[in-house]
Amino acid sequence: MDYMTIDGRCVPIEGEKNILAVIRKAGIDLPTFCYHSELSVYGACRMCVVEDDRGRIFASCSEQPRAGMVIKTNSTKIRKYRKLIIELLLASHCRDCTVCTRNGNCELQNIAFKVGIHSVRFPNNREQVPIDISSPSIVRDPNKCILCGDCVRTCDEIQAVGAIDFAHRGSKMEVTPAFGKELAETDCVGCGQCVVACPTGAISVRTNVTDVWQAIEDPNIRVVAQIAPAVRLAVGDKFGFPKGTNTMGKLVAALRVMGFDKVYDTNFAADLTVVEESKEFAKRLEKNENLPLFTSCCPGWVKFCETKYPDFAGNISTCRSPQGMFSAVVKEYFAKQDAEDGKKTFVVSIMPCTAKKGEIERPDNFTDGRQDTDKVLTTVEIIRMIRQAGIKFDEIESEAPDMPFGIASGAASIFGVTGGVTEAVLRHVSAQKGHQVISQLSFSGVRGDEGIKETSVMLGDREVKIAVVNGLGNADKLLKAIKAGEAHYDFVEVMACRRGCIAGGGQPLPIGPRTRASRAEGIYAVDRESLIRFTEDNPLLNQTYQDVIAGKEHKLLHRSGH
Amino acid sequence: MLDQAYYDKADEIIGQYGTESRWLIPIIQDVQTEYRYLPPELLSYIAAKLNITEAKAYSVATFYENFSFEQKGKYVIKVCDGTACHVRKSTGILERLYKELGLEKGKHTTDDMMFTVETVSCLGACGLAPVLTVNDEVHAAMTPDKVTELIKELRGEG
Repeated sequence: MDYMTIDGRCVPIEGEKNILAVIRKAGIDLPTFCYHSELSVYGACRMCVVEDDRGRIFASCSEQPRAGMVIKTNSTKIRKYRKLIIELLLASHCRDCTVCTRNGNCELQNIAFKVGIHSVRFPNNREQVPIDISSPSIVRDPNKCILCGDCVRTCDEIQAVGAIDFAHRGSKMEVTPAFGKELAETDCVGCGQCVVACPTGAISVRTNVTDVWQAIEDPNIRVVAQIAPAVRLAVGDKFGFPKGTNTMGKLVAALRVMGFDKVYDTNFAADLTVVEESKEFAKRLEKNENLPLFTSCCPGWVKFCETKYPDFAGNISTCRSPQGMFSAVVKEYFAKQDAEDGKKTFVVSIMPCTAKKGEIERPDNFTDGRQDTDKVLTTVEIIRMIRQAGIKFDEIESEAPDMPFGIASGAASIFGVTGGVTEAVLRHVSAQKGHQVISQLSFSGVRGDEGIKETSVMLGDREVKIAVVNGLGNADKLLKAIKAGEAHYDFVEVMACRRGCIAGGGQPLPIGPRTRASRAEGIYAVDRESLIRFTEDNPLLNQTYQDVIAGKEHKLLHRSGH
Repeated sequence: MLDQAYYDKADEIIGQYGTESRWLIPIIQDVQTEYRYLPPELLSYIAAKLNITEAKAYSVATFYENFSFEQKGKYVIKVCDGTACHVRKSTGILERLYKELGLEKGKHTTDDMMFTVETVSCLGACGLAPVLTVNDEVHAAMTPDKVTELIKELRGEG
């Protein structure tokens, strides 16, 4: 085995692609802005500079480790170098840290503190530019951009959207959509993965916290919350719970303290989705038309497909997303009571997702011209509201959600992870039931974090070919293959974010491979511990179909115009 | 919206190279040679043909000073502001040009589309400093007064 010397200690080289990875393995946490193991190496931030035995200084992220190399990660020269870079970055940075959304959770702040910056000697000569609030999901504040390019590479390499890129050069360089357009004018799907990648407050989530507080305080408004499957695994992150802990009960209790009138579970609507999507799939299989069926739960994916592959728009399921189904059903459920009480029902959905903020404004998600979901709060925003309300989240006693939309199957709970929708549908359509079927399906190839997974199952005497995709870049590859006739499927599930909603753009940061794994494990635990594992066993589902939905299936549960 | 002829021309130029992304720069160079500027609509059109995102194409086009999204005047005057020209007072030449033509920093082309004034970093003619070019014709050892004369001449008043 080859070895190199890092700070006087011998470290083995075990196939690492760059020196930075070897340094981190050796227990030294070199700071970086632009290095992400899942993105291409960019080498721009120069934080990871090291010095070799000849006094040469270079970026360790973009240099291969070689046997016998001798490097120092911490010398007077390097410390000075690093501090100067940070100082220059801070000089042209909008330093209103105390009122920034990333205050306390900002990589620039962290690293500046770590390297020991106590003053900035240079004035800010950067021209102030307007903040872009055109998108319902994402806010861009270029004044806080440090040009690390993480968002650019995420949007391009992981998501294959490429809505933003660098423009100009030198001191005029900026990250922007083409021709300085607003984000809303681009192909941005609102997935928010750029928010996850951004080390500063330059890209953040468009917030609706104030709107929701206002609704809560209005006595004429019935504020109803729905909580998405992936939120319960992440909200505890910021209150000292280990990653992936299910804190649904505490979240329900906290929302009641905050003043929400009803707190429901979006998982209930996921069960509705399972029923509707299974029906639709059976129909398409029978007629052999519009196959493969593409899932429609993920608004980032729906928009991606519609804008980049309009020929395939007809393959997208006509089902609304669980969020959309839920809000339509709830508004229908309260319609009579609203009229009697003189109140207005206001649905707030609590989502791991930034694209959901865009979905609710789509006219095909309206019922009779009415917007069903009034506001979307991301997990990060609900955490902010819990803090504003002064609730001791770690101490609050767990409570159960309200009825009748508070019971859901385990199949519904796994919607928040890639492969979950497929697994839930397969459970539902499987002729056999019982624990063995569940176990078989979990090993059928639908679980795991590979970008594209393939499997096939027998439905009756027909072999049904399935693909499960996460990350829009992978979806792009798959669609190209389908278009070229190289791949054939009957059912394709796509989640825009890596590993599904658990790593959505609205989830608490940081999100890396380990966070994703813990949250996925947490979601599967919710399923395992559910008393009801199959959608059709949900006792409230049939009741709701009878009492609320009967005769209005198409209007309430499907997108209009289909 | 540009005239259809522009898109046809772009198609013709793309046809000469191919639709691989590596041909982006040669293609937009030829477009610029054809129209003496790079119409933004054509950049987006070419990007789509080459399967490059619009943002990426914009990134490439703005990286190089050479590409211009603005239509240029009949006479493009390039004032050299390289080291040799700068020390021999090219600033005064530029100022006189701006004054004569009613231009300023950020406004490079006259409203009658007759003149465009640009600064360049070096024209490689340091021995002739300070130097400027009018549509690639070199004018050596310029002075502010010679600039006034030149403009008069170009306007056909001289």
